[in-house]
Amino acid sequence: MSNPVTATNGARFSGIATVEDAGLQGMITLRGDLSSKTLAAAVKAATGAGMPARGKIEVAEGGAAAWMSPDELLLLVPYGEAVAKTAELAEALKGEHALAANVSDARSFFRVSGEGAREVLAKISPVDLSPAAFQAGDFRRSRTAQVAAALWLQEDGAFYVVCFRSVGAYMFDLLKTSAHPQSAVGVY
Amino acid sequence: MLILECPYCGVKAEETELAAGGEAHLKRFGPGSNDDEFHDYLFMRENPKGVHFERWRHANGCGKWFHAARCTMTLEVFGTYSAQTTEPPQEIKDKISAKRPGWTWREFTDGQK
Repeated sequence: MSNPVTATNGARFSGIATVEDAGLQGMITLRGDLSSKTLAAAVKAATGAGMPARGKIEVAEGGAAAWMSPDELLLLVPYGEAVAKTAELAEALKGEHALAANVSDARSFFRVSGEGAREVLAKISPVDLSPAAFQAGDFRRSRTAQVAAALWLQEDGAFYVVCFRSVGAYMFDLLKTSAHPQSAVGVY
Repeated sequence: MLILECPYCGVKAEETELAAGGEAHLKRFGPGSNDDEFHDYLFMRENPKGVHFERWRHANGCGKWFHAARCTMTLEVFGTYSAQTTEPPQEIKDKISAKRPGWTWREFTDGQK
């Protein structure tokens, strides 16, 4: 088997915030009826996280579940377990109108941390990222400059950004530019 | 800048996050209709100065289609609502009636008239 690597292969940049390739992350797209109890149980079994509310992410140890749309979740699991977990989900959801797909290798994953993290992202996306409006556990799909992205804020104050792998290098360069040491605006 | 609230996400999304989908509540005329009806369905669109109903898609977001009622003149948004409907809900119509008494758009009108 080939050795899996991320699109930006561990790239890292420090400016008004630290931007880093967050490494390989198992991601499973799950579509289905989010009010279904069977689905909620399957999500719990796969990630350890509960069903997220609209616009939220539920983080548990070793996994997370994020609300993508009224019929879609993004499940985060350890990279090595993604294939097995996807199969488990498919098995658990037999008979349900649902679909689980392993998209781990179709995505890029970044971590933006430090003082200026809010500002770095606020400069490139049309999202209100003020501390009052965007708090830990909030999850938002939007765009960053020219590409679609999903972002959330973790309890430790770091933002995580998910985008398509095909635009992974663009995303890193974009975050890097936005985090340039002399580019602080100082709004947050 | 136009800001619409996605009825599915509850997100106040601005224009760049959305994709415009043209006029709302078109009645489709396909096989079995006459040429005039088909012509009107294909080509005839409203171009109002004032109350207008449109389809929008939360493209950089949940990806769902929804409807929006707004004023083309002032960019005031009266409300957004689900795409799974063939006419604006009463609540939206009431909101428009409160602000634009006597409004009319295709077959929909201010009910209080």
